[in-house]
Amino acid sequence: MSKILVGLKRVVDYNVRVRVKPDGTGVVTEGVKMSINPFDEIALEEALRIKEKGGASEVVVASIGPADVQQQLRTGLAMGADRAILVQSETVVEPLAAAKVFLKLIEKESPRIVLLGKQGVDDDNNQTGQMLAALWNRPQATFASKVEIDGDRAKITREVDAGLETIEVDLPAVFTTDLRLNEPRYVKLPDIMKAKKKPLDIVALADLGVATAAQFKTQQFEPPAGRQKGVVVKDVAELVATLKQKGLV
Amino acid sequence: MVKILIVAEHANGKLNPATAKCVACASGIEGAEVDVAVFAANAADVAAEAAQIQGVKRVLKVEDPANAEPLAAVLAPQVAALAGDYTHVFGPSTTFGKDLMPRVAALLDVGQLSDVMAAESAYRFRRPVYAGNAIITVEAPQDRKLVATVRTASFQAAPQGGAASVEAANVSAELPSHTRFIERSAATSGRPDLQTAARVVSGGRAVGSADNFKIIYSLADKLNAAVGASRAAVDAGYAPNDLQVGQTGKIIAPELYVAVGISGAIQHLTGIKDARTIVAINKDPEAPIFEVADIGLVGDLFTVLPELENALG
Repeated sequence: MSKILVGLKRVVDYNVRVRVKPDGTGVVTEGVKMSINPFDEIALEEALRIKEKGGASEVVVASIGPADVQQQLRTGLAMGADRAILVQSETVVEPLAAAKVFLKLIEKESPRIVLLGKQGVDDDNNQTGQMLAALWNRPQATFASKVEIDGDRAKITREVDAGLETIEVDLPAVFTTDLRLNEPRYVKLPDIMKAKKKPLDIVALADLGVATAAQFKTQQFEPPAGRQKGVVVKDVAELVATLKQKGLV
Repeated sequence: MVKILIVAEHANGKLNPATAKCVACASGIEGAEVDVAVFAANAADVAAEAAQIQGVKRVLKVEDPANAEPLAAVLAPQVAALAGDYTHVFGPSTTFGKDLMPRVAALLDVGQLSDVMAAESAYRFRRPVYAGNAIITVEAPQDRKLVATVRTASFQAAPQGGAASVEAANVSAELPSHTRFIERSAATSGRPDLQTAARVVSGGRAVGSADNFKIIYSLADKLNAAVGASRAAVDAGYAPNDLQVGQTGKIIAPELYVAVGISGAIQHLTGIKDARTIVAINKDPEAPIFEVADIGLVGDLFTVLPELENALG
């Protein structure tokens, strides 16, 4: 039976207001809540739903990062994944390198579907899934808002600027998720206990034989240029007058 | 020598304005030579349009029946094959470019810079991360091709008046058949396009229902504006997904943005921070949207909007 591989990235929690460090070397992450990238959580939820409908026999979650990432992988196991793989790395792994790492995992696991979030909410790159599909020489269905598996094919509805687009792909393939694909389930306490017993393999990044040296050098981080706070008008008449004065209506 | 290839975005025989914004970004780089590639079944009309953008040297037509729909898996090997002589390959940071360009980069075995908001030189760029909460300056290696997507809201479209040559390009690439286009359901509202409109009226969760959203459409029509929505409004089903403005929706830069019943979550503000003038209408005076609004009006949208429509005559 077939396997689904899901990528989970550990990121600063979506609800944290991210601040740039005063010296411009990065953003403040000390003491900040870390979570599974929300798009990846949606990817895992979709994988679990496909499995629950009989479309897969196993869901494997994988991540790249330091030892701390085990927390997020355990959360993934508690949500319902069967096993987890951590590719342990202390250095920043750019999307192309991440795609190469996942290609190695694909070669070992032979999944029929790879599900990733469309972007990490940290670096907002939106690249890894597309790069992985290219390296694997398989179809990609990005920004998915609906996934229908039908034998060796899948019909995917994608959120595009013009509205919704539907494509059909042959499996195996890479899907990346958009926000409205599903609503991830809550993790229950007994599931957290059960997750502790599920297998979590740790592989050293160096042992995969993938070139992961960073190509880009980030020189500095800056806070965004703020907008000036404007005026508060008292009523509609004043609003219209102000708009007219600015030549906007 | 900096040679930049821009992948044109188009639909229904018309060039998307995002392409001229990519040209603006590319021609801002000192000494850059800029070509535009049009991948289509019939590229003539789009190529002719692209040839008029100032700053474009050559327009390359790559015509193939397989290029009738913009499928990344089909286009990427062709873009990669055409990229041979170029130092840079740019595409717009729209869903078209976001889908395609990383696939091109991987085929070229290079990384990509996403959402470029400023080019300080051919190998030094600025881009947003963390939903725009930080801007990073990134240096790219000079000995590799650079693939990038251009954040269209950060650039004014390069003007018309150019006269580039149009040439047919032969590309030899093996095209996959594993990915097939089925359909696209475009919202045909007759209103201006959200991504490029000069005026936008957006509604948020406070609008309360899909039916109530009529009040947003009505004001938009009065102003000849496009309609947008916050993620909360889209998630609640008040408005379709293609109207979503924000980090994970559309990033826009209209002359006038009217936010109605939108509290102003950072993810939403990311999508509008380049708007020229922001008007906020919200009954909560503490709403974060007022921190960024040029003009704020505290009041109930169901009272204010009809009044505003009347006052606009």
